[in-house]
Amino acid sequence: MATPAAVPHTPAVGHSASPSGLWSWLTTVDHKRIGILYGLSALAFFVLGGVEGLILRSQLAVPNNDLVSAPLYNALFTMHGTTMIFLGVMPFSAAFFNYMLPLQIGARDVVFPRLNAFSYWLFLFGALVLNVPFLIQPFTHGIDPSSALAPLTRVIPDGGWFGYAPLTTKEFSPYLSIDFWIAGLQILGIASMAAGFNFIVTILNMRAPGMTFLRMPVFTWMTLVVQFLVVLSFPCITVALILLLMDRLFGTHFYIPSAGGDPLLWQHLFWLFGHPEVYILILPAMGIVSEVLPTFSRKPLFGAPFVIFSGITIGLLGFGVWAHHMFTTGLGAAADAAFSVTTMLIAIPTGVKIFNWIFTVWGGQIRLTTAMLFSLGFVGMFTMGGLSGIMHSSPPVDLQQQDSYFVVAHFHYVLFGGAIFGLFSGIYYWFPKMSGRFLDEGMGKIVFGTVLLGFNLTFFPMHFVGAWGMPRRIYTYDEGMGWEQINLLETIGAFILAFGVLLFIISFFRSMKNGLPAGDNPWDASSLEWITTSPPAVHNFDKTPTVYSDRPVWEKNHGPGPGYSLPEGDEHIHLPPPSIKPLIGAVGVGLFLTSFVMLNLTNLALAVTALGLALIFYSFYTWFLEPGH
Amino acid sequence: MKPTRALLLLPLVMVFLAACGGDHPMSTFEAHSDLTRSISAIYGRIFWWTLLLFIVVQGGLIYTVMRFRATGKETTNPEQVHGNLKLELTWTILPVFILLHIAIPTVSTIFESQAPAGDDAVTINALGKQWWFSFEYPELGVVTANELHVPLGQEVEVRLQSDNVLHSFWVPQLMAKRDMVPGRVNHIKFKAEKLGEFYGQCAEYCGDSHALMKFRVVVDTPEEFAKWVEAQKAPADTVADASKAGFEAFQGAGCVACHAIRGTTAAAVIGPDLTHVGSRTMIASGILENNAANIKKWIMDPGEVKPGTKMVDLNLTSEQADSITAYIQTLK
Repeated sequence: MATPAAVPHTPAVGHSASPSGLWSWLTTVDHKRIGILYGLSALAFFVLGGVEGLILRSQLAVPNNDLVSAPLYNALFTMHGTTMIFLGVMPFSAAFFNYMLPLQIGARDVVFPRLNAFSYWLFLFGALVLNVPFLIQPFTHGIDPSSALAPLTRVIPDGGWFGYAPLTTKEFSPYLSIDFWIAGLQILGIASMAAGFNFIVTILNMRAPGMTFLRMPVFTWMTLVVQFLVVLSFPCITVALILLLMDRLFGTHFYIPSAGGDPLLWQHLFWLFGHPEVYILILPAMGIVSEVLPTFSRKPLFGAPFVIFSGITIGLLGFGVWAHHMFTTGLGAAADAAFSVTTMLIAIPTGVKIFNWIFTVWGGQIRLTTAMLFSLGFVGMFTMGGLSGIMHSSPPVDLQQQDSYFVVAHFHYVLFGGAIFGLFSGIYYWFPKMSGRFLDEGMGKIVFGTVLLGFNLTFFPMHFVGAWGMPRRIYTYDEGMGWEQINLLETIGAFILAFGVLLFIISFFRSMKNGLPAGDNPWDASSLEWITTSPPAVHNFDKTPTVYSDRPVWEKNHGPGPGYSLPEGDEHIHLPPPSIKPLIGAVGVGLFLTSFVMLNLTNLALAVTALGLALIFYSFYTWFLEPGH
Repeated sequence: MKPTRALLLLPLVMVFLAACGGDHPMSTFEAHSDLTRSISAIYGRIFWWTLLLFIVVQGGLIYTVMRFRATGKETTNPEQVHGNLKLELTWTILPVFILLHIAIPTVSTIFESQAPAGDDAVTINALGKQWWFSFEYPELGVVTANELHVPLGQEVEVRLQSDNVLHSFWVPQLMAKRDMVPGRVNHIKFKAEKLGEFYGQCAEYCGDSHALMKFRVVVDTPEEFAKWVEAQKAPADTVADASKAGFEAFQGAGCVACHAIRGTTAAAVIGPDLTHVGSRTMIASGILENNAANIKKWIMDPGEVKPGTKMVDLNLTSEQADSITAYIQTLK
């Protein structure tokens, strides 16, 4: 199969021995360990969100079912969406950003390693704030609704992942459920923004010598685009949430129409974040696919500059289409027409990518590894989501499809058939690099087949049931609407899909221990992460390579150019020391924001905000005084 | 084809089997107004384009993978093609024409469907509540709830409003969705083209019982519609002894705190107007058939029928519920 790259191994440097134990993980600033933490957290929350999805599907398996109550169903679909987007797909992508990006650009770490650790711990805190309510709810359910603690009777977020005002204002949701949601999202927002700036500066400043922009791997490119989307779009939801919080806490009226506020203000701010967010979820997967398809076709990416500029164009256009989520709200004919046209324009760069991917494979020597299967699956499934997207880019058609199961089908083809297929491909592709072992390929093919079958059985029929008028977010439906058989079929599909994911998880942990050993470059791939050991040493590279090509490792092995070269002599290796300050700071920020949203409930909250602030000041002050080396 | 691959076709087969049976009263594929017909025309145009692209992309992908599978016996690498400017420009520019073919009818339909309604249109004020709909015909002096009547072939303009949270007004075969946004008035206009009863449902998440916020639209001939209007305008009967006794039970239980029955002293506007509730096909906002058993169930335990409902549980005795039920059924 592959000829491993010839890497001259110099003896390990003194301080690169990898420490172990819980403390070493709590204080780690190593991008690879932080990547692993992101990955394992994402996997756990992906399973949790999946279980929520299975409960939703079980409730809808038959008409007039009473498996869960209406309020619980509403909380579950809120948390399914929130979890999958913010705690599943985003941190899964972040796992690859963290682990692979410094390796791909030939760097020893990200530019701000402690800030990177701070992002992770903040993410974890935010995820817990969103999910701890599941543990509290059973105990607060019975609180007397007339007592001062009445807001505690509902604590699981239940306003939808989109949190539309005025349903989320105090008048209609006087519960802590919404406050937990606000606090959780604000914390996650800070985590994402900090990581966003970190990666932008890392990509701009830490590239190996000779790695010009057009020599960057496409995954690195898509990461760069995504980080710009993060730092530009998250402020919108941050502002939206602050206004909502002020309405709830201090009696302002930003979203309250009876006092001159406007509920559509929320929608504009939310979707000005929410649409770029879609590309934040899908572009990393597109980057992965753009690495995997060339590797397993043994060809370069077809028209790499077109693919890169398409990704940039998608990112830019993503800021000009937010109101297509609002065609039903009555923005007026001119706005509807304008946002319809900008939305249709996105089909062009997206189509370019799809055709370029197909022509990457064309004429190649295709090896159908599991990673390749998931990437090919991505192209097929994402195309489905793109095509249904063209349908509701037309506002009149959207007025029939909006908030029906047709839209549920559409975005699951984009986010599961797209983003998650891409991420699965990435896991199978990079697992050997991260663990030194192959992820079971035989089982991988069974996983792929089961997931593909279950996925299509669950979501393809939703196009039909949506076109037959079934609205989203309904916890029950009557007999006689013609929706019964299809819903049952979807539920069966969901369980097949879940079985596929279960097989994957078993195989993942088994291969971590017993997988076949993989070399440094088992796939005969082209980017720099494949020249170092699997798994890489703490300091990534003994010597920093100089890059001469956009496929340095391939060209080194197969010509025609030199690909890359390594400098003569030993190199001084500088690694940042571990630090507990990021964790303390994250706990401080988390405590502060979580107790702040509960200020009206009890004075205890005030005390905890003070504690949070104290932790923030302590950790940041000592953090800045810490020696960097 | 290997059996494992044939298995992948299973979902398609099952979907088509499931798709065969039964009718679909909320199907968007059946358009029975000028508005929904114009939408279906655009949908059809996009559908054929997407079907073509679907076949090209999926077919191309599968063919490519089958044709270029590695044999393991290759001695050289495949030709390292980096791109082809002409091809890439082609698939950048060609979609522009497809999109134009879609965008032109889209934009013209947007402007036509959102133009102001004519002066002779029947105007209806629809107000979204948690979780029911209030309907008022301001020019005809009719107030009702959860069941609209409209005349066949005549333009109807619905003005959509809410004084609480967001709702969305949707009758798939007559009216595409429009949201009811507090603080705004949205408009939707259409001409019904088929007699009969059509299903509608709230399409924007609006709290606990969002799933149970339904309504019906009855398309009448113009003559039947005129008759219906006359009947709705009339106040409730207050003369017959049975009516007097029934109203006393209604009043005694406290129902008057929220409901209006024109002709009586009940004039509250918190809940639905019940003046002619007996003439509607459904109760509790389109979720229960209008019969004695259901009315009793609904007024005895509203929270059981509709989680979170604002309708108060008045702790009625069975006898009270029976007399109120009997009275409500007389309100034709």
